[in-house]
Amino acid sequence: MNNASAEIVPQVDSGKKSANASVVWQVDILPRAGLPDRIGSKILSDLRDTNGERAFRIAGARGFLIQTAEPQAAVAHAATKILVDPVVEEIRIRNAGDPPSVVERSDLPTVVHVLLKPGVTDPEAESAQVSLRDFGLAVAAVRTFRKYWIQATSPNDLRGLAKKCLANDSIEQVIVGPLSLRSIDIGSDYQFRLETVPLGSADAQQLQQINERGQLSLSAAELATIQQHFRELGREPTDVELETIAQTWSEHCSHKTLAGAIDYSDENGSRSFSNMLKETIFAATKTIREQMANDDWCVSVFRDNAGIVRFDSEINVAFKVETHNRPSALEPYGGANTGVGGVIRDILGTGMGAKPICGTDVFCFAPPNLPAEKLPPNVLHPRRIMKGVVAGVRDYGNRMGIPTVNGAICFDERYVGNPLVFCGSVGVLPLDKSFKHPQPNDWIVAIGGRTGRDGIHGATFSSAELHETSDQTSGGAVQIGNAITEKMFQDVLLHARDEGLFNAVTDCGAGGFSSAVGEMGEEIGAEVWLEKVPLKYRGLSYTEIWISEAQERMVLAVPPTNWDRLRQLCASEDVEATIIGQFKPTGRLTLKYESTEVADLAMGFLHGGRPQVRRLAKFVLPKATEIDSNELAFIDPSQALLDILGCFNVASKHWVIRQYDHEVQGASVIKPLVGATNDGPSDAAVLRPRFDSWRGLVVACGLNPRYGDFDPYHMATSAIDEAIRNCVAVGANPNRIAILDNFCWGRTDRPETLGSLVRAALACHDLAIELQTPFISGKDSLHNEFKYTDAAGRQQIISIPGTLLISALGQIDDIRRCVTMDFKRPGNLIYMVGETGPHLGGSHLSLVCDLIGGHVPTVDGAKARRVFQQLHRASEASLIRACHDLSEGGLAVALAEMAFAGDCGALIDVRQIGLTNSSFDPNCSDNVRLFAESNTRFIVEVDPVHEANFIAVMNGVPLTRLGQVTDGGVVVVRNGKRELIHLTTAELKKAWQSPLDWN
Amino acid sequence: MAKPNVLVLRAPGTNCDAESAFAFEMAGANTERVHVNRLLDDGTLLQRFQILCIPGGFSYGDDVAAGKVMAAKIQHHLFEQMREFHAAGNLLLGICNGFQVLLKTGLLFADPTAELSATLTWNDNGRYEARWVTLQAASDRCIFLRGIKSMYLPVAHAEGKFMTRDSATLRQLDAQGQLALRYIAPAGEPQTNGESNLPFPFNPNGSQESVAGFCDPTGRAFGLMPHPERFVQPTQHPRWTRDGLQPVGDGLQLFRNAVEFFA
Repeated sequence: MNNASAEIVPQVDSGKKSANASVVWQVDILPRAGLPDRIGSKILSDLRDTNGERAFRIAGARGFLIQTAEPQAAVAHAATKILVDPVVEEIRIRNAGDPPSVVERSDLPTVVHVLLKPGVTDPEAESAQVSLRDFGLAVAAVRTFRKYWIQATSPNDLRGLAKKCLANDSIEQVIVGPLSLRSIDIGSDYQFRLETVPLGSADAQQLQQINERGQLSLSAAELATIQQHFRELGREPTDVELETIAQTWSEHCSHKTLAGAIDYSDENGSRSFSNMLKETIFAATKTIREQMANDDWCVSVFRDNAGIVRFDSEINVAFKVETHNRPSALEPYGGANTGVGGVIRDILGTGMGAKPICGTDVFCFAPPNLPAEKLPPNVLHPRRIMKGVVAGVRDYGNRMGIPTVNGAICFDERYVGNPLVFCGSVGVLPLDKSFKHPQPNDWIVAIGGRTGRDGIHGATFSSAELHETSDQTSGGAVQIGNAITEKMFQDVLLHARDEGLFNAVTDCGAGGFSSAVGEMGEEIGAEVWLEKVPLKYRGLSYTEIWISEAQERMVLAVPPTNWDRLRQLCASEDVEATIIGQFKPTGRLTLKYESTEVADLAMGFLHGGRPQVRRLAKFVLPKATEIDSNELAFIDPSQALLDILGCFNVASKHWVIRQYDHEVQGASVIKPLVGATNDGPSDAAVLRPRFDSWRGLVVACGLNPRYGDFDPYHMATSAIDEAIRNCVAVGANPNRIAILDNFCWGRTDRPETLGSLVRAALACHDLAIELQTPFISGKDSLHNEFKYTDAAGRQQIISIPGTLLISALGQIDDIRRCVTMDFKRPGNLIYMVGETGPHLGGSHLSLVCDLIGGHVPTVDGAKARRVFQQLHRASEASLIRACHDLSEGGLAVALAEMAFAGDCGALIDVRQIGLTNSSFDPNCSDNVRLFAESNTRFIVEVDPVHEANFIAVMNGVPLTRLGQVTDGGVVVVRNGKRELIHLTTAELKKAWQSPLDWN
Repeated sequence: MAKPNVLVLRAPGTNCDAESAFAFEMAGANTERVHVNRLLDDGTLLQRFQILCIPGGFSYGDDVAAGKVMAAKIQHHLFEQMREFHAAGNLLLGICNGFQVLLKTGLLFADPTAELSATLTWNDNGRYEARWVTLQAASDRCIFLRGIKSMYLPVAHAEGKFMTRDSATLRQLDAQGQLALRYIAPAGEPQTNGESNLPFPFNPNGSQESVAGFCDPTGRAFGLMPHPERFVQPTQHPRWTRDGLQPVGDGLQLFRNAVEFFA
């Protein structure tokens, strides 16, 4: 909160006489008497979340500030018609410039207003403004606010309350007491002045000062290279030139660490990479594509905004997963909201524009029950982060009409300062629209939202670590999206694509126009006229216009002959399109502001001038230790099963899933929740992208950072195996699965941290080739560390566990062959596919029972390939009634989930499960069989009439008959005569559903 | 049988237009997806059509209140056009956000110009909720529900709670047969929790009288919160892998009824 007694300072021209003496009207909108107070209740619920608040009374309202010269009666009339629902709400209106009125509520005497900070996107105010004007009210400006009436508290308590749940000070300001406002206009006239930066004579220290002052995040070597470049040119750079170089060379835009030179060593020796990603992950894809030769179904990999693969003879599919971690840490709602908006634009900017058909969103948080005393200073509580992130994803995806069909949430205390938010999107596009070719003399056209000061320095900020004071210094990087703006240009963009109106399209993401135009014009050259860019408000400098990261903007390359048609098409749906420059065959990036040249950079230097980074990477394998077999032998399997089902990673995510529209567009075939009462955990989502074909798409993911604590190599192979087996479980063809990598790591300038990442990348290379599963795109987010000073004054650093998300996009020939994980019919047989080893290292049994050490699961690529192929054959032949992959919690958890999802019981005997490579005490064997997390395993349900066929098809694959589906509503696990587990499905389901069954 | 022409109305934020048009086409209609600006440009455009469908989505972001901005736009610019269209014996259908819009224009009430006496407001649980619900047709007046006893369809909304200004209004609307579609408990579940209202999740939003859909006194204008267009094909059912593939989805009959009305 800014200042408990502060008033909003009108941005500018507070003293300026407005042309027609406009007034700011404050319209409070309250629930009618007797109806629920949603706004006040939300605060109470949030307070309960952050635990320990005493009984407290609060009432809430929403409202609008309307600046207009029209009389009060006209404003009141319009507000009544446009801004409220008269059946359930009522309004109060006052002149916000009048002296404060008397106390409004004597029982709740403290009044608090929360407003978005000036310049933060306020979609509701934008809609209200359009609607009020449409109604005939001449409105100058509109802003929204929330208002609270609170029982008397001390200023200190109030400050605490405001910070905790009334407002987020990275985007909002709090005003205690009545509003007193004469203007809500923002922006001021801009006086052009060309800024240059005195680089030429700067010494190393001065260079560093320039770097920090400008928040450029450049390295010393990069600064020296830039200095040398301009010395050779015999001039100083302008501010915008320096910014452009910093953006283009940022980690976020150039991936200089992972795509750079790395000297790596581990227990097997050492290896030097000149481009690590290219020589591991890209290389695997190259090898696989060569091996596939004429059957190569990859179309465009690691080059465009998303990877593209062939779907059928008419359409291709594009897939991309992005991270939006830093913004989500500071403002969870806005961060996740713009993360989703951004990855959708990636899809819209792939090839000549793909149509988004579904989303997948994966999060990593600290546990939502984290005790307050474990929360470092200036960090939002994980429960608040989770609620905000889910709401942000929900509101963008649902508004865009893109179903969110898949996801995962992983909890670990090490994410407390750096939550991870992965946003993915899948799109379809015609075969012949998969590549873009901007041409010399094409207009550079901006479409979509206007440009403001939003997110200035977002790109460079994303590459710098977070620290305790981030929420004060980096507010500019936090934004709110406006999904409707994006939906509006999506509609015309895809139409324009089909009419062939442009030669290229890309999105404005990190770095704004700087990145979008810079990349699109790399091979040609571009000239941009910055004063032409439509602005949200006056006063932006040419540099701010160029690097602004305002959301919902795209850049097109439009042949001059098509401009009129494109302009007309956009205008017909109220989408703004503006020529802002031209691609010119100069090989240079030239920026002008009102005919003055403000930047002139050689594309060659911009894209090829960055000094090569060479980093050291070293991996030391932690010493293997065995789990204490005494401890293991005494674990009660029934209790352990309930505990694992109830741990946050495994527990039902229905509270999240049901807030997402997962069926819009009508393509849903297998939903995220399946089973007899639509509440079992599906392994993957299946969609039918076109209604005239039975061909389907499968979306799944794999992630298990806990394994990385043992060996990142096996963490990576396990994640790949999990993503693929999730796809195969629902029926995907294992020969048509494409995968994405997302690496989120700590500070990779530490050799051991980078070493663990390289090791994971090597695993990706090896297993991708063995499984013939190509990576088609990826993304990394490094420096996920949080620094703070603890109560004792010591510097503390929390680094996230190295986290690799594998997202998989599978295909299925005929969706009518899909299989879900719920048991279908009592009397059917239960088989386990795959081998069980002593893999309890990093397992969820270890998590809930505090076991230390053990062996992390590994993947045998050749065996896994055979299992996937043959299981798929059985699935295609309709020999399987249910199939579920074994992951967190192993056999016991998978069995329980299948039983309660199917509203059936199960009776199995684990005696026949052979244990490979197990050196465990025989007393521990049953807990190993039940809870080991060995990879490449499934439970399948087989109708007895198909048993012989099933066994024949699975010939050569490890197969164990465990027992059968029962109708008793009880899950019974035995070893011979010994009963290991005996629990009702009701108990099991309750344990699984209750932890995250939030209100 | 002459195929009726369906205008599926698009506006900023509409997002169920394609599948709604597809459902009408499956039912045998000709469809056109038309941006609201075209209706504003050309006052005669509607004359080519027999059915106007306002599909689901988030018109204008559902800012202010769901459907409100779009409803205000219709009231201000298109009200007479749409009244005439309806008066000429044509059909109006609003699905989800389209229902929110249609209700808030007044066009579903006996006197469309009177102050609104009912609304769709925030779900009792205060958030967006996507789930499947069982529905029962509760009016013989509604053209769209002819011959339909019950349907199993998904809802996906945040502001779907049907509420009237007072209980007298509710009784009157009920007496007029306007509370045309109700949430019910699935077979085997008790229909009430002892109080008059069906409990969550069967009534997913706390609607009065479990109202899921509402028609005007003629039965030719109808709005509903559930999405019939999301269950026209058998693989859209959440349990088809258990129960097998039925020939067509439950929602299709609603579109067929609209088409057959013009047969």
